[in-house]
Amino acid sequence: MTKTTITLKINGATRTVDVEPSDVLIEVLRDKLGIKSPKIGCDRGDCGTCTVLLNGQTVRSCLVLAVEADGGEIVTLEGIGTDGLTPLQKAFIAHNSFQCGFCAPGVTLAATELLRKNAQPTRDEIKEAIAGNLCRCTGYTPIIDAIEDAAKPANKKTKAKK
Amino acid sequence: MPITHPFEYYKPARLVDALALLHTHKGGASVLAGGTDLIVWLKEGVAAPRALVDIKGIKELEVLELKDGMLRIGARATFTVLIESKIVRGKFPVLWEAARTVASVGVRNRATLAGNICSAIPCLDSAPALLVYEAVVVLQGPAGTRRIPITEWFVGLKKTARQPDEMVTSIELPLPKKNGGCYVKLGRYAGEDLAQVGLAILAFADNTWRIAHCAVAPTPQRMAGVETILAGKPLAAALISKACARAAKDISPIADVRASKEYRQHMAGIMLTRGLKAAAARLAGTGPAYGTSLL
Ligand code: FES
Ligand code: FES
Repeated sequence: MTKTTITLKINGATRTVDVEPSDVLIEVLRDKLGIKSPKIGCDRGDCGTCTVLLNGQTVRSCLVLAVEADGGEIVTLEGIGTDGLTPLQKAFIAHNSFQCGFCAPGVTLAATELLRKNAQPTRDEIKEAIAGNLCRCTGYTPIIDAIEDAAKPANKKTKAKK
Repeated sequence: MPITHPFEYYKPARLVDALALLHTHKGGASVLAGGTDLIVWLKEGVAAPRALVDIKGIKELEVLELKDGMLRIGARATFTVLIESKIVRGKFPVLWEAARTVASVGVRNRATLAGNICSAIPCLDSAPALLVYEAVVVLQGPAGTRRIPITEWFVGLKKTARQPDEMVTSIELPLPKKNGGCYVKLGRYAGEDLAQVGLAILAFADNTWRIAHCAVAPTPQRMAGVETILAGKPLAAALISKACARAAKDISPIADVRASKEYRQHMAGIMLTRGLKAAAARLAGTGPAYGTSLL
């Protein structure tokens, strides 16, 4: 089938890569572009461990063809906190939120998207936002606690000072 | 899992070009919208099209507007777009409520309403809401435009009234008169899960009702028998029992890894009872806010 060259802006850098129409984004990111934070878990949209931000929205990169992302902007965990850890990441550390860490890239991106859209989410809103990110280690409580903490105004660098 | 089946990929910018591609491939092309079902089917080999026609470049399919008493939802509208729409939330809250229960944020950011009804799996959350709002599916194909009432859309398991060279371009919902409603979904837990039973209900001031189900029969359907029992009478406990007895006869749930047949039967009655009460209370302005779980 027709091979095409696609251009992606990944974590701020423009990259081009040759793909087949049937190449799935997660595989192109990991195997052709060397970006290893998104993981392959269920490979069918259920677990969220392959989450990346595509044009500002979380998507499951196991359910996106690489050609569909052509011309788009992708942010993975590697592109988060490049000028030092974000308040969210600090909160994850403070709460010891992860054990094996397999789910952490996806959870971090899902929570980043949530806090961008909704700076003060309720606990239920946090649960709903990460409902599609499965964690087999922690029981979720330390993850939810950390997101709640990161959302508190005191931890928000960007909040205007009164 | 890589996709082993090869195909060509097209991303036309105009609807006419997309339709021409579907036509020239004579049923060998699949429309790609969000891809959240299609990519899985490609991986599993359940779908094996020669070509994919990605419709995300077609501007005219982006529409989401309420005009002359009709909500038009273009084929590109994702569940996230619907959830964030003030019109959907304000005027079609049962659709809003249902959209919020679809899979997870990362899926809803891609998955479209049009794609959802084209996949036509029995547990699709959007169908009961579309049934009670009496939606019309608008298709374009070589023969021009066809409009199919949602009641005639689902013709079997994963089968719809769409022809292979046709494409859903929009879904239209007439603005109903004043109502209260709800979408009640039974999952194994709160959060991402497929429906084991789904019920949408609309209550009107004259004690008429629209009720529809998903996940308890091969296709989602209106529950006309239950609607008739309830019509014109005040909602009382005895009437609700009668309605539940009729509902139990009208559904044919399966047993699978997620729930037994008996459990689905039982819960359908409980959900109908709570749903009827909540819809009536919302009509009266006293019910729980839309989005509040009734289970
Ligand atoms: S690997 Fe993509 S959702 Fe699980
Ligand atoms: S920390 Fe192991 S899966 Fe979440």
